[in-house]
Amino acid sequence: MENRPLEYDYTVAKMFMVTTIVLGIVGMSIGVFIAFELAFPWLNTILGPDLAEYTNFSRLRPLHTDAVAFGFTVSGIFATWFYVGQRVLKVSMAESKFLMFIGKLQFWLYVIGVTAVVISLFMGYTTSKEYAEFEWPIDIAIVVVWVLWGVSIFGLIGIRREKSLYISVWYYIATFLGVAMLYLFNNMEVPTYFASGGIGDVMHSVSMYAGTNDALVQWWYGHNAVAFVFTVPIIAMIYYFLPKESGQAIYSYKLSLLSFWGLMFVYLWAGGHHLLFSTVPDWMQTMGSIFSVVLILPSWGSAINMLLTMKGEWQQVAASPLIKFMVLASTFYMFSTLEGPIQAIKSVNAIAHFTDWIVGHVHDGTLGWVGFMIIAALYHMAPRVFKRELYSKSLMASQFWIQTLGIVLYFTSMWIAGITQGMMWRAHDEFGNLAYSFIDTVDVLHPYYALRGTGGLLYLVGFFMFAYNIYKTMSARPVEESELQNASPMGA
Amino acid sequence: MDINELAAYGYFFLIVFLVVGSYSYIYHLYTKKKDSSGVDYEHYSNMALDDDIDSTPVKPISDEKEK
Repeated sequence: MENRPLEYDYTVAKMFMVTTIVLGIVGMSIGVFIAFELAFPWLNTILGPDLAEYTNFSRLRPLHTDAVAFGFTVSGIFATWFYVGQRVLKVSMAESKFLMFIGKLQFWLYVIGVTAVVISLFMGYTTSKEYAEFEWPIDIAIVVVWVLWGVSIFGLIGIRREKSLYISVWYYIATFLGVAMLYLFNNMEVPTYFASGGIGDVMHSVSMYAGTNDALVQWWYGHNAVAFVFTVPIIAMIYYFLPKESGQAIYSYKLSLLSFWGLMFVYLWAGGHHLLFSTVPDWMQTMGSIFSVVLILPSWGSAINMLLTMKGEWQQVAASPLIKFMVLASTFYMFSTLEGPIQAIKSVNAIAHFTDWIVGHVHDGTLGWVGFMIIAALYHMAPRVFKRELYSKSLMASQFWIQTLGIVLYFTSMWIAGITQGMMWRAHDEFGNLAYSFIDTVDVLHPYYALRGTGGLLYLVGFFMFAYNIYKTMSARPVEESELQNASPMGA
Repeated sequence: MDINELAAYGYFFLIVFLVVGSYSYIYHLYTKKKDSSGVDYEHYSNMALDDDIDSTPVKPISDEKEK
């Protein structure tokens, strides 16, 4: 043991890779199911009227969003941190028993927290705040998990050999601080059982904010959850994995620094666009719109930096499915960060608000950018952490095309559905009477809902191919002792 | 001047300050090209490209240790 050279220790990274895949399957399967529920309503009572409580859309929808955001994505963030963090700081987790213990503790508490979330949401316990549905005991558990992650981040930074922090580490730190601030403030809640001296359910709580203030805090949180869960940590990943996989230095490190500060400054002000035409002050709505449009600059700064990193090396995109995943991810990042600001313009929002176009926007960001980047990161990590060659390159290429087709079907159907909805809702005759009733729109939208379900199903099929590929990789016989270098085996 | 007016002025000047600050930062990055310790910013990309546990750090935490 003493004679073995020091190596990076990926124990915790591997544990979180497993939850990334498992929770990805759970969250996406529920997503596909509820997508078909919208197209074919009888699915809401598929297990009979007695169990309808557990199978209807409204009970399952938070399970879908929370499982993909806080299960799949957050696991992916943790998994990549415990891989990237060690490498760019040039320090191994094996060097600190304390950090190793904290990492494992964080993992097991996370698993307990996720289990509690799934069970409580299934049972119908919810605060009814979107993406913040967890009741107060679970919120406390989540805060503990998050603090442990902070100990891991700053602990590893504390024992590092590399003095400067690589740009990805900046983004991971921003994720940690951003989510901590947002989560604490939005989940300030009063447990009613204790506040009232023993009346009602122990699990139940009410928000500390009321009315419009509650909405403002909720969407300050909600939109920045998109910022600090779906954007910032994913940029951290692509700034490490794309240069590493392609062997190319970042096109402009300086651009990465200034788009970091741009993103940090602008993103926090954009949440007001969720409350356009609502009861919040008008200037705040305008500010939300303006900052959303300005947000294009730092977002495209990062995305263009990524695409230009491939300058002169585009043959790699054709040759390697892994590079394809990442290049398409940054393309979808550009795409959804242009689409979002367009939707945040007041006159566009007058048509887009509450329609399926918003759902389409979220999904081209999450499926194309977040999903593809996490998949690519795990594909890059798998041969290195399991010390085995990746099981199948052709399976990976097929997965890429199947999932890409799925995403295209998803967002195109939602564009058409959303704009159709928006136009039908506001259509009126010469006397101002509405031209359509709500059910007219539902009739028209049916084919697009079926198409959306099919798109989601294709993405899920691709995800199962991914899970199988990783499973076969980790269970194969080890092929080489030494760590694989720069390019992946499929790059050749 | 009531609190709302004060907040509005504060907000306006905060924006002006941040705009000036970020453009100065851009100007600084692209004219100086190197940070205070003399390392070209672009060299920091090597932190990802050359990241084996025994690779030489771009900027070691302690110069004495490396010598």
